[in-house]
Amino acid sequence: MKFNNALSRVMTNQEKLAYKLIAPAILVLLLIVGYPFVMGIYLSMTDATIGTSSTFNGLANFIWLAQSRLFQTALENSLIFTLISVVIKFLLGLPLALLLNLNLKPKKLIRGIILLPWVIPTVLSATAWKWIYDPTYSVFNWLLLNAGLIDEKILWLGSPWMAKISVILVNIWKGTPFFAINIMAGLMTIPKELYEAAKTDGANSITCFYKITLPMLKPVLAFVILFSTVMTIGDFNIVYVISKGGPINSTHLLPTLAYQIGLITGNLGRGAATALFIFPVLLVVVYLQQRISKNKNDW
Amino acid sequence: MIGEYMYRIKRRKSNLKRAAQYLALLPFLVFAFFPFYWMVITSLKYNQELYNLASNPFTITTGITFEHYIYLFKKTEFLVWFKNTFIVALVPTFIALVFSIPAGYALARLKFRWSALISTGIFTLYLMPPTLLFLPLSKFVNNLGLTNHLGSLIITFPTFMIPYCILMLSSYFRTIPAEIEDMALIDGCTHVQMLYKIVLPISKPGVITSSFFSFILAWDNLIYPVTFISNSSRKTISSGVLTELIRGDVYFWGSLMAGAVVSSIPIIVAFVFLMDNYVKGLTAGSIK
Repeated sequence: MKFNNALSRVMTNQEKLAYKLIAPAILVLLLIVGYPFVMGIYLSMTDATIGTSSTFNGLANFIWLAQSRLFQTALENSLIFTLISVVIKFLLGLPLALLLNLNLKPKKLIRGIILLPWVIPTVLSATAWKWIYDPTYSVFNWLLLNAGLIDEKILWLGSPWMAKISVILVNIWKGTPFFAINIMAGLMTIPKELYEAAKTDGANSITCFYKITLPMLKPVLAFVILFSTVMTIGDFNIVYVISKGGPINSTHLLPTLAYQIGLITGNLGRGAATALFIFPVLLVVVYLQQRISKNKNDW
Repeated sequence: MIGEYMYRIKRRKSNLKRAAQYLALLPFLVFAFFPFYWMVITSLKYNQELYNLASNPFTITTGITFEHYIYLFKKTEFLVWFKNTFIVALVPTFIALVFSIPAGYALARLKFRWSALISTGIFTLYLMPPTLLFLPLSKFVNNLGLTNHLGSLIITFPTFMIPYCILMLSSYFRTIPAEIEDMALIDGCTHVQMLYKIVLPISKPGVITSSFFSFILAWDNLIYPVTFISNSSRKTISSGVLTELIRGDVYFWGSLMAGAVVSSIPIIVAFVFLMDNYVKGLTAGSIK
């Protein structure tokens, strides 16, 4: 009994301490994230414009969005960009991780170069890409023309489909290192004994890869895929720098569209409503991530 | 004799294998590095050569020039933007650490009823793109009278920095052996004393890494400065370079690339020193 009492006193003390330590962070986050979030929901249900007072208009903004071709394109793009770029980042990131895991020399230099796209601020590197895609001076065109592969210049940002591909390529360039490094870290957590046991049972390296490596990598893969889904859908920098959503509004994602509607056109209410659509995606991703980390083996 | 022969074959085979591995790695290295090479080489060319379609764009044939850098420093407010970026990266990072260190410690070590829920909440905010709330935040900033002030960025950057730092710090605190803490507690330290006198000093690498991450997040943020700030002398590098070196359809490519090179340098220097920690931080979300 005495012991139990002491234990419960320790627990409550620990609880008290925990709340003391964590409360400041929670309060600040409630103020600078929670309050704006509520404000965002309210804004999305008003006809607020820049500089005028607003009135409540219920779901009018959402109905307007649902009927807007622009919004549909942004949603489609979110899906297309995410699907294509995640698949390619995985297909490039996995072999790259296997190569990095060989610890080829000079190890630090190799890792450094591979990680550069992820480390360098996107705004700066995307500006370099914009120059690489320049309609007149594109280095890709120079290469292709001189190699005799094309007869006239490709306008990398000229047509809706080319522009989409060009934006996705930058996303892939930026995100592949993140995939590779996380997969590599996942590879290092796989116990060597598993491979040794499999080898003694006569398994070859391809069988090992499919039966050991891939299944053991599942949680890591799930994380990087979910993470990059949110990053792709919530991206502003790449699209803003490379195409500003053009040509003919064909490369917008939700954030750039929200920026255009909310600030360029000045319709804050509709802009806020547009950006809010990132939220359900976020919730789904968090839910999936939580489920996966709870039962790592059966999903 | 035969043994030596076999050994040679084996070695040749493994040399071949090595070569194949390097060969496979090469395209990845070229792909990753090319845009930086492109930045640097563009920033050093005379305009005549830069805009000459006949010349080979991969090399510099008519000599190196610093005119784009001079233009950047003399004709634009680049140095001011650079200073602004430093301020809005450092101050909020510091603020974020002040709130995140105790919170991260509580989540890593202490048992309390709401810890699972709070962890999930922090994780949600860690994943939340800064683009979700930029419009209400612009109103928030405006209500506080901070539009067009660096203060607008100083109070909004912690929205993504705090969750990042909490997540990374708590995953770092978990790697510290609990015995060290038990010893300190037995010696009569309170939990708070122990956190600041014992845990924090050993956690220096974790603190430095999370600062570096949150620094990069600030350096790379574009949507907040373009939304809250229109006054050129209050801009950050990202927003300043994009609005002042692009006039309508005219891009000052030489100076744009010079700006990109100069503003990448602090990040690259820090990265070189912190790489091992950086890799650990990068995988904090996936490897638990």
